[in-house]
Amino acid sequence: MEGILERLKNGQILVADGATGTMLMQRGLKPGEPPECFNLTHLDIVREIAQLYLQAGADLLQTNTFGASPLKLSSYSLEEKMEEINRNAVLAVREIARGRAYISASCGPCGRLLKPYGDIEPEDVYNSFRRQIEVLIGVGVDIICIETMIDLTEAQMAIKAAKALSPTTPVIATMTFDPTPRGFYTVMGVSIAEAARGLEEAGVDIIGSNCGNGIENMIKIAKEFRKHSTLPLIIQSNAGIPEMHDQTLIYSETPEFMAEKAKELISTGVSIIGGCCGTTPEHIRALRKVVDSSVKGGDLPR
Amino acid sequence: MGRLAEILNHLQQGNSEMVSNLTRKAIEEGISPKEVLDRALIEGMNIVGKKYGDHEIFLPEVLLAAKAMYAGMDVLKPLFLKEEVPHRGRIVIGTVQGDLHDIGKNLVGIMLKGAGFEVIDLGNDVPPEMFIEAVKREKAMVIGMSALLTTTMPVMGKVVELLRQEGLQDRVKTIIGGAPVSKEFAQEIGADAYSYDSANAVKSVKELVDEVKERYGGNP
Repeated sequence: MEGILERLKNGQILVADGATGTMLMQRGLKPGEPPECFNLTHLDIVREIAQLYLQAGADLLQTNTFGASPLKLSSYSLEEKMEEINRNAVLAVREIARGRAYISASCGPCGRLLKPYGDIEPEDVYNSFRRQIEVLIGVGVDIICIETMIDLTEAQMAIKAAKALSPTTPVIATMTFDPTPRGFYTVMGVSIAEAARGLEEAGVDIIGSNCGNGIENMIKIAKEFRKHSTLPLIIQSNAGIPEMHDQTLIYSETPEFMAEKAKELISTGVSIIGGCCGTTPEHIRALRKVVDSSVKGGDLPR
Repeated sequence: MGRLAEILNHLQQGNSEMVSNLTRKAIEEGISPKEVLDRALIEGMNIVGKKYGDHEIFLPEVLLAAKAMYAGMDVLKPLFLKEEVPHRGRIVIGTVQGDLHDIGKNLVGIMLKGAGFEVIDLGNDVPPEMFIEAVKREKAMVIGMSALLTTTMPVMGKVVELLRQEGLQDRVKTIIGGAPVSKEFAQEIGADAYSYDSANAVKSVKELVDEVKERYGGNP
C-alpha cells in the first residue's frame, strides 16, 4: 500500500474509523473494565469492530490500545500483560485489514499528571510510551496515533519516543480542547497555537483534535489549527456531547448531520476525518460518502 | 504591601516556598493563625477558584496554588494547639467504583479545602458502602461523588439509595459531578445537588452544609 503521507501530500483525503469504547460497551464491556482487556479475552469482538469499520469504508483502523501503556495498565494491575495486550490488538486489526486499510496504533494519556503539577517525572512517561510503542512497531503498524492529549509535554514525550524508535513511521498527535470564552484550550491550558507549535517541534507528521466536542466545534478547531500549521490535519469528532435519558447515554449527532458538516472540514483542508466517542460504522459510512464525492477526493481511486 | 496581601499574591503565583516563609513571618509578627488562614490562604484559593471558573487561569496554575496553600497550612497546623484547624464542615469525596478518573475530583477537593472545609478523600474506585462507612465514621455532612465514565454513573444512585436505607438522607447531603453527569441525572437518582465545575461545587457544598447545620446544629 502507498504510504499515508504520500497520499496526503497528493491531496487525498482519508477516512479514519469511529469509536471503539462505546462499541465495546454495547458488546459487553463492563463498567470500570479497561477496554484493552478485550485483547486478552474477546479478540473476536475486537476483530468484529475492525471489520465493521472496514466495511463502512475506513482507510485507517485503530488498534484497541488507547490505554495500553505500561503506566496506564499499572492502574489496573495489568502491566505484566502489556506486551500481549498490544501485540494481540495489532494482530487482530491486521487480520481484518489485510492491506486494504492502514493499521493505526492508538496511544492515549498515561492517566497521571506530570511534575510539577502531579507526581510523575516526564522521563518516566517517555519510557512508558517507548515500551508500548516498541511492541506496536515491532509487531508492525502503519502509523502511530497519539490521541486525546491534554498535556503538551506528555504528547511530546510520546511523539519523541515513537520517532526515536522509528523515524520513518508516521506519527499523528491529537489533543482534546474545551471551548472557553477566550477560545479553545485543553484542560491543562494548552491553546491550539501552542499545540501546533509544540507538537511540530517534537517531530509529529499529522496534527489535530479528537474527542470532547461535536463536529461544529471541531470545524472551528480545524480552522484555528490551519492558521498555525501547514502540517496535514486530522479531526475525529464525537457524535455530539452525550446526554443522559433514562440512564442511557445518547449521542445526538446523526451520521447525516456529521457528514453534512464534514464538508466544511474538507473545505478547511482537513486530510483525515474520522469519529470519536458515540460514532458508529454508520457515521463512518456517511463520512466516506462525503469524502468520496468531494471535489478533491471524488476522482481518485481508493 | 501588608504581609497577608503578600502571602495572597505568592499563593496565586504558586510559590510554595515564599508562602511557607511569609506565613512563618506573619506568625512571628503576631498575626493570629486563624487570620492568616482566612485572609491569606483561604482568600487566596478563593481568588484562584474564581479565576479558574472564569477561564482566566487553567488547571496547572490551580494545582501549583494548591501546593502553595498546603505549604502555608503546614506552618499553621501545629499552631492550632490541641484543637483541630477550624473548619466549616467535613466533606467525604471520591470517584465512584469502577472509575479511576480523579483529576476533577482532586480539583474539587482542593477548592473545598481552599474554602475552609475538611476534606476526607477516599480516592478513586470507591464502592458505595465505603462512602457510607466514611460518613458515619467521620460524621461528615456531605458526600461528593465524581464519575467520568458513563458506565460508572449508576454507582452514584446506589450511594443515594444506601443513605436512604440507613435513614441518613437528611443528615448527609449528596452532590455529584463529572463530565457525563447532569442536573437531570442528579434529579433522577435523588442526589441533593449537581455541580458543573469546582467553583460551583464549593458554592453548592456551602449551601448543603448550611442546610444540615440549620437542621442539626454544628454536630450532625
